[in-house]
Amino acid sequence: MNMIRLTIDNQEVTTQKGVTILEAAKNAGIIIPTLCFHKRLNPIGSCRLCVVEVDGQSEPVTACTTPAEDGALITTQSDHLFRMRQEALKLILANHPLDCPVCDKAGACMLQDLTFEYGIKSIDCQVPKRNYIPAYQTTFIKHWPERCILCMRCVNACKEVQCIGAIDSEDTKDGPQLTFNRDKCVSCGECVQVCPVGGMLEKKSTLRWRSWETTQVRTTCPYCGVGCQQLLHIKNGKIVQVTGVEDAEPNKGRLCVKGRYGFDFLYSEERLKTPLIKENGQFREASWDEALDLVAHKFEEIIAKHGPDALAGVSCARSINEDSYNMQKLFRAVIGTNNIDHCART
Amino acid sequence: MTNSFSEFAKAKMFLVIGSNMTEAHPVASTFLKNAVQNGAQLILVDPRKQKLADFAQVHAQIKVGSDIAFLNSVMYVLIQEDIYDHKFVDSCTIGFKELKEKVQAYPPEEASKICGVSPDMIRDIARRLASVKPCMLCYTLGITEHTCGRNNVVSTANLQMLLGNMGVECGGVNPLRGQNNVQGACDMGALPNVFPGYQKVIDAESRAKFAKAWNVDHLPDKNGLMIPQMMDGLVSGAVKGFYIFGENLANTEPDIRKVEHELESAEFIVCQDIFQTETTRFADVIFPAAAWSENDGTFSSSERRVSRVRTASLPPGDAKPNWWIFKQIAKRMGHDWPSDSAREIWDNEVSQLAPSLAGIKYSRLEGDGLQWPCTHDQHSGTCFLHKDGEFSCGLGQFVPVDWTPPAEVADAEYPFVLSTGRRLYHYHTRTQTGRCKGLNDILGEETADISLEDAKSLRIEPDEKIRVKSRRGEVTVKARITPEVPIGMVWMAFHFRETCANWLTNPAFDPITLTAEYKACAVTIEKIGNQKASIVNR
Repeated sequence: MNMIRLTIDNQEVTTQKGVTILEAAKNAGIIIPTLCFHKRLNPIGSCRLCVVEVDGQSEPVTACTTPAEDGALITTQSDHLFRMRQEALKLILANHPLDCPVCDKAGACMLQDLTFEYGIKSIDCQVPKRNYIPAYQTTFIKHWPERCILCMRCVNACKEVQCIGAIDSEDTKDGPQLTFNRDKCVSCGECVQVCPVGGMLEKKSTLRWRSWETTQVRTTCPYCGVGCQQLLHIKNGKIVQVTGVEDAEPNKGRLCVKGRYGFDFLYSEERLKTPLIKENGQFREASWDEALDLVAHKFEEIIAKHGPDALAGVSCARSINEDSYNMQKLFRAVIGTNNIDHCART
Repeated sequence: MTNSFSEFAKAKMFLVIGSNMTEAHPVASTFLKNAVQNGAQLILVDPRKQKLADFAQVHAQIKVGSDIAFLNSVMYVLIQEDIYDHKFVDSCTIGFKELKEKVQAYPPEEASKICGVSPDMIRDIARRLASVKPCMLCYTLGITEHTCGRNNVVSTANLQMLLGNMGVECGGVNPLRGQNNVQGACDMGALPNVFPGYQKVIDAESRAKFAKAWNVDHLPDKNGLMIPQMMDGLVSGAVKGFYIFGENLANTEPDIRKVEHELESAEFIVCQDIFQTETTRFADVIFPAAAWSENDGTFSSSERRVSRVRTASLPPGDAKPNWWIFKQIAKRMGHDWPSDSAREIWDNEVSQLAPSLAGIKYSRLEGDGLQWPCTHDQHSGTCFLHKDGEFSCGLGQFVPVDWTPPAEVADAEYPFVLSTGRRLYHYHTRTQTGRCKGLNDILGEETADISLEDAKSLRIEPDEKIRVKSRRGEVTVKARITPEVPIGMVWMAFHFRETCANWLTNPAFDPITLTAEYKACAVTIEKIGNQKASIVNR
């Protein structure tokens, strides 16, 4: 393997040839601030927050797009770089409303965190007046053009990751703006997942929440057989949002429309809440004891009269392994038949 | 799947046959598309011009149910042009001579008449497959849901062995499984012929092992019934009591009228579910169950990965975990089972009893889970099977098979072929997705997808309500006129009750697997107003 050696912040770093300065630094545990960079996307280089100084170069370069060179001397923290990053942030903030109190992204917003970290208290420049196109929205997704920092993460994610290409950008007389192709959009929500600010948000949950009010539980998607890893965001015992687990196998953060937005059947009023027994053609509510006794008794009666093979069961390909295990155990060890199947064949 | 999803991004070539993964396995499809965008080749074999056709270098638009003729012909070319993998065939397989003889009957000119793919394209595909190694073969229900489903599957394996694409990273035979835990339900022995871990019930040693573990004197020694046999048994009286756990058979099985007659015939039905469904109407007792994310457990995905499922919220009312319900019935029938949580069931029973899962314990499943076989607690799991050409039976066995037509083919009375499947925005019978805010707004009703040519010749307008009729039933449904569908085909899903394709589908089954032929039956389409449709010249 081709290895190179360089120095970052006075630290000797050995890394693979071909990586960017940003990657080389990260591998060495040195954090360079970023905003448009997302590890699942090709480097974009739009925000200029990752500027670093390379010895011998007159101007700082963006670490996300510049390859690490053998023998390079790199500085990631200096007064000059700090001011440059402040300026870059101020430029973004000039076009970004400080509506954090009403923004769903508050508390999980990269711009908020960077603004805090870089001690920006006011924006000296004139806030430009812009006319925005009407906000794009679908059933599940809403774009907030005034909050959009045009980092292009969503554009690239839609194109590179999901291979959809429903989001693009175009130059208008008010500067660049995002454009959307509603016919191409499949509501996968990748754009929401990668948006670093509140520019692309979900409109799924009827509940409102602040990011810090939720707890997160990792789980496996209940739909197809890919087994995507999800992070369930829970407030007051209810799921309010589902995101893909970044870096997880097999989905590496990706989800589809059902995985991301197909969770609220759980809270339907139509859920079965109590055992039901049919009497005279109508179901009536029953206690667990009564319903379980009835089933066990009826099974015993059928076994006594017709033998165990007169009972048959179909297990569920949607439920957990342990449920299927117990059901086949019930049929084999208790009832005494191998008449147990599920829909694998159909 | 013999291989893993993580290999998609690295693969150099794909052969996708009978899989509309963009809608049925959306996330998997993104990795495949990424690979194609980075230079991998994709050969798509599918009757429909589905989304993957936009990414494919070659799209062989085969006729419904002609897969074996096509695959045998590709193998004919590989053998005739001597471009198959001699080394793999000689050292890792048996039965090549018989395969060679069988495929002699499928020269491209002959096979083309059956499958509708030009001889040149068949040759081109064979040569492409021989020129890039390895190639990942992916399939879904387009292969299995035929009366020749088992033979279709065998053919895909024959091809991959002939190409030497087994036992290697980025190769293999990869069925993408349709349900989150259909792999797991198989692994757990919810099948009439095997205990957990695929240990045969007809094997005395296995029975003795499980009898001891389950603290019973003996276990039944003959294979049980498969679902279609159970349903038949309800009518014949051989089956009196039927326990349906989390399945909506009244919508998912072919020929709904027949299925409902079978369910009506049962003496006693127990349903265990999270909602009332079309199937629970036939129940005598309904148990309310905890749903996904309302209890802890594990799923096993297509790539044999066992992953954790965790509790996010509590089940409503008195709903209980399914494993608990089975345990309570066992208790009332005189069996006290010790395990009292999903974790105890897995750690103390499943992983003790199934050798391929022996190394999988809950304590090892915190991150990305583990892929079986995982045989001991230091084992890191298995990304791809049959490494170095070692099959579980020793050598890979070629199983030569002949093409057979679907049980019901288009004729003068029913001139269209109905093929069925899934759509992106709903899942199966919508028990869940139909109750999720927004999904019905995006896809609120079923359509019958027909070709531009057929729509034109029948004077059917976009979104016009039409009648689709088979020998078993009829539905009135909106026409969706689309270039995805070839002339002579009607394509429908089974997500909506009134317009469910299963009012029409044919209850004809593969003789070995008893998988129903959801992918092919004969239908006719009529404009409302009773003007009977006739098919355009093909």
